Amino acid sequence: MIYFLFAAIKAGTPLLLGTTGEIVTEKTGNLNLGVEGMMFLGAFAGFYVGHHTGNLLLTLLASCIMGALGALIYAFLTVTLKANQTVSGLALTIFGTGFANFFGQIMIANTEGGVPKLPENLIAQLAETPIPILGNIPVVGKLFFSHNLLVYVAVVVAILCYLYMAKTRHGLNMRSVGENPAAADAAGINVTLVKYVHILLGGAICGLGGAYISLINGGGVWNNNCVNGQGWIAVALVIFASWNPVKAILGSFVFGAFSVLQFYAPKDIIDIPNAFYVMLPYLITAIVLVISSVRKSKKYAQPAGCSINYFREER
Amino acid sequence: MKGTAEKIPAIELRNITKTFASVVANEDINLTLYRGEILALLGENGSGKTTLMNILAGIYKPDSGSVLIDGEPVIIHSPEDANKHGIGMIHQHFKLVEVHSAADNIILGDKKIGMFLKASRHERIKELCNNYHLQVEPDKKVYNMSVSEKQTVEILKVLYRGADILILDEPTAVLTPQEADHLFDILRHMRDQGCAIIIITHKLDEVMSISDRVTILHKGKSVATVNTAETNAHELTELMVGKAVELSIQRPPVSHEGNLLEIHHLSVQNEEGVDTLRDVSFDLNHGEILGVAGLAGSGQKELCETIAGLLKPHKGAVLYKNENIIGKTPAEIIKIGISMSFVPEDRLGMGLAASMSLADNLLLKSYKNGKGPFLERKGARALADSLVERLEIVTPDIDTPVRRLSGGNVQKVLLGREIESNPNVLITAYPVRGLDINSSYTIYDAINQQKEKGVGILFIGEDLDVMLELCDRIMVLCHGRITGIVDAKETTKEKLGLMMADATIKEMEGAK
Repeated sequence: MIYFLFAAIKAGTPLLLGTTGEIVTEKTGNLNLGVEGMMFLGAFAGFYVGHHTGNLLLTLLASCIMGALGALIYAFLTVTLKANQTVSGLALTIFGTGFANFFGQIMIANTEGGVPKLPENLIAQLAETPIPILGNIPVVGKLFFSHNLLVYVAVVVAILCYLYMAKTRHGLNMRSVGENPAAADAAGINVTLVKYVHILLGGAICGLGGAYISLINGGGVWNNNCVNGQGWIAVALVIFASWNPVKAILGSFVFGAFSVLQFYAPKDIIDIPNAFYVMLPYLITAIVLVISSVRKSKKYAQPAGCSINYFREER
Repeated sequence: MKGTAEKIPAIELRNITKTFASVVANEDINLTLYRGEILALLGENGSGKTTLMNILAGIYKPDSGSVLIDGEPVIIHSPEDANKHGIGMIHQHFKLVEVHSAADNIILGDKKIGMFLKASRHERIKELCNNYHLQVEPDKKVYNMSVSEKQTVEILKVLYRGADILILDEPTAVLTPQEADHLFDILRHMRDQGCAIIIITHKLDEVMSISDRVTILHKGKSVATVNTAETNAHELTELMVGKAVELSIQRPPVSHEGNLLEIHHLSVQNEEGVDTLRDVSFDLNHGEILGVAGLAGSGQKELCETIAGLLKPHKGAVLYKNENIIGKTPAEIIKIGISMSFVPEDRLGMGLAASMSLADNLLLKSYKNGKGPFLERKGARALADSLVERLEIVTPDIDTPVRRLSGGNVQKVLLGREIESNPNVLITAYPVRGLDINSSYTIYDAINQQKEKGVGILFIGEDLDVMLELCDRIMVLCHGRITGIVDAKETTKEKLGLMMADATIKEMEGAK
C-alpha cells in the first residue's frame, strides 16, 4: 500500500507541474491547450542538456526556458495578434510533440547504440533519497520524505503559485486581468504585459513538468512520445482543482494513483483487463468534466475572461 | 451658489470641439464646475454629453479648446492622467471584477499598498465610507451585490484614488427610485464635503432635485447654463429640445380605416422586478404611422419586444385583428404579419449576422418558406438585387458580408428585409439613427409607401422634428408609462418635450 501511494505521488508530480502551469495561464485569462506541447518541449530540452552537460541546474533551466518559449509563441498569437486561443493552443501541442520527437529521433540516431542516456552523476542527483531525520519516520517518512528532488520542487512551486495569486498585489492584478480585463485596464494595469508574464511563467512550469517525465519516468533513457497525453490530463485537472494550485497537489496525486493502479491492483482478487486501468485516468477526466459543468458555482468557476481575447474599446 | 464668481473653478472647459469623422459631437462647448456644487449636464440623446465627459476622463482628446483644472491649463491624455488631476468617472456600465470582494475591486491597481495584500486594506476603505456616509461590506463578493451596492463600490473606487471631481454618467438609469434617492443623499453629502460633481442625465425631475446649476447641451453645443433654483422644468425642456426645424418630409393622408393592433394595459417587468412598461394602452390603425417618442430607456425597447413576442408581459394583452397574440412565439407573430426592425446603437448587434452576405441575411427571415432540405438562394438573391436598387444600398455586390457596409446601408438592409416580408404591422425603431440626410429621406419614403399600402406602422424615433412631420399621431412614453397620445399636426415640440419629461397633458393644461 505504501509503495502504491509512493508511486502515485511519483507519477502525479508531472501532472502537478503541468496543472500548476496551466492554472497560472488560465488565471490570467488565457486557455492554453498547448500544455502537452510545452511539456514535450521541456522534456526534450531538459533531456538534451542533461545528456550533454550533466549539470542539474542547467538541465532544469533549459526545460523551463524551452517551455516558456513555446508559451511565447502562444502568447504572441493570442495576446498580440488576438488569434483564437483554442486553435493556437492545439497548434502548440502539435508543434511541441513534433519538435520533441523529431529532435529526439536525431538524438537517437547520433548516439552510439541508439540509446541516449543521462550521465550517471545526474541520475544520482535525481535519485530518490530520504531526507535526513524526516525520512526515518515510519510510513510518513517513506511516503513523503523519500522522494526525488523534483517532487519537492513541484509541491513548493504549487504552494508558491497559490500564495502569489491569492496574497500579493501582482496576483490580484493578474486575477483581475483574467476575470475582467476591461476593469483591470481602467484601473491602470497593463493587461498585455500581465498576460505575457503569466503565460510565459505557466509555460516554464509546464516545461519543468515535461523534464520530470523525460528525466525521472524515463529511467535515464530518452523515449519518443514520452509525455503521452499527460499534458491533456493536466488541462482537465485544472478544472478538478477548481483553479487552485494547492488543490491541484491532491488532485494530481489522485490521478497519479489511477495511472499506476494497474501495477498495484491485486490481480488475484479483481481480474480486470489492463486496458481498463490504462483507460481509467481518461475516464475519470471525463467524469470530472461532467460534474464540474453541472455544478455551477461562481467561486469555483473558470476565470470569466478565459479564452476571450481582450480588445481595448475603440478610442 | 453664493459667491462662486470669485472662486476658481475646479474645472473649466473653454471652446471644446470634438468631431468624429464627419459628425460634430461637441462644438464650442464652455462649462465651469466649482467645488462644493453639483452640476447637472442635461441634453437629449446624442447631444454630446457623454463625449464631453469622456474628454474630461481622458478617453477622448478634444480637437480644439482647452481644459483648465483649478485654473491651470492641462492636457488629459489617459484615464490615469485624469486620476492624477483628481477626476473620477463613474460609468453607466460598471467595470468590476465579479468574483472579487469589494475591497479587492477598490484597491485594484493601487501600487502603494506594497507587495502583499494585507487585512489593513479594509481600514482605509472603512475610513472613506465613514467620511462620505457610504455603506459597503469590504469582504462581500461583487456577484452577491445589488446594482446599488455595485455602484457604491464604483464610487469608492474613484474616491480611493483621491478623486474629488466626480463625473456620473446617467447614474440612476439602473437604479430603483429608492436607490436613486439614496444615491442623491450620498452625492449631496459629498458635495458638502467639498467635492465637485457632474451628473449626466436627461431626467428633468432629477435635475431639479439634485443639482445646483444646470448646463444644457443641444446638438453638441452648450446652449445655456442656469441656476437650478431660478429655473423650472418648462424652461429646461425648451432649451433641451431647441426650436422646431422645418424638414418637409411628406405625409400622405391616412387612407384606410379601422384598428389593426390594440394594446390593452400592458405591463412589463425586468429581471430586477422593476416596471419597465406600466399600464400601456393604445391602438394602431391601418395605414397610419404612430410615432413613439420618449427619452432613451423609457420603455420603447420593451414595447417593441413585447409586440414581437420576445418579451413576456407581466400583465395586459396585445390584440391583433381581435386576436390576442401574447404567448405566441416570435415566428408565429412574424407569420401573421407583424414585423419588427430595430436599429440598435450598434447596428449589427441585433437583427443581422455581420459576416453573412446581404442575400443570406434576407434568407434568415424567409428560409422557412422554402421547400426541401436545401436553401433556395435564388429568390433571396433576386430580392437582394431589387432591394439594392430600390433603397439605393451602396455595396460592391450582394455577396459582400454586411459588416463591410456602412452604417446607413446596414439600416436600409434591416428595414428593407422587414418591408419585403409584406407585413401588416411594421415596427421600426430608430431607422434613421446616424444616417445622413439623403439616406434618411430614402427611408422615410420607404415607410410612407408601406403606409399607403395600409400597413400600420409603429415608428420609434428620437428626433422630434422628424416625428412631427412624418407621423400621424405621436405617443409619448416616460418611465414606461404613456404620458399622452397627440395628433402630430396639432402638437408642438415643446409639448412633446414636456410630456417626455413626465408631465401629462392634464398637468400642462392645469399649469395654464
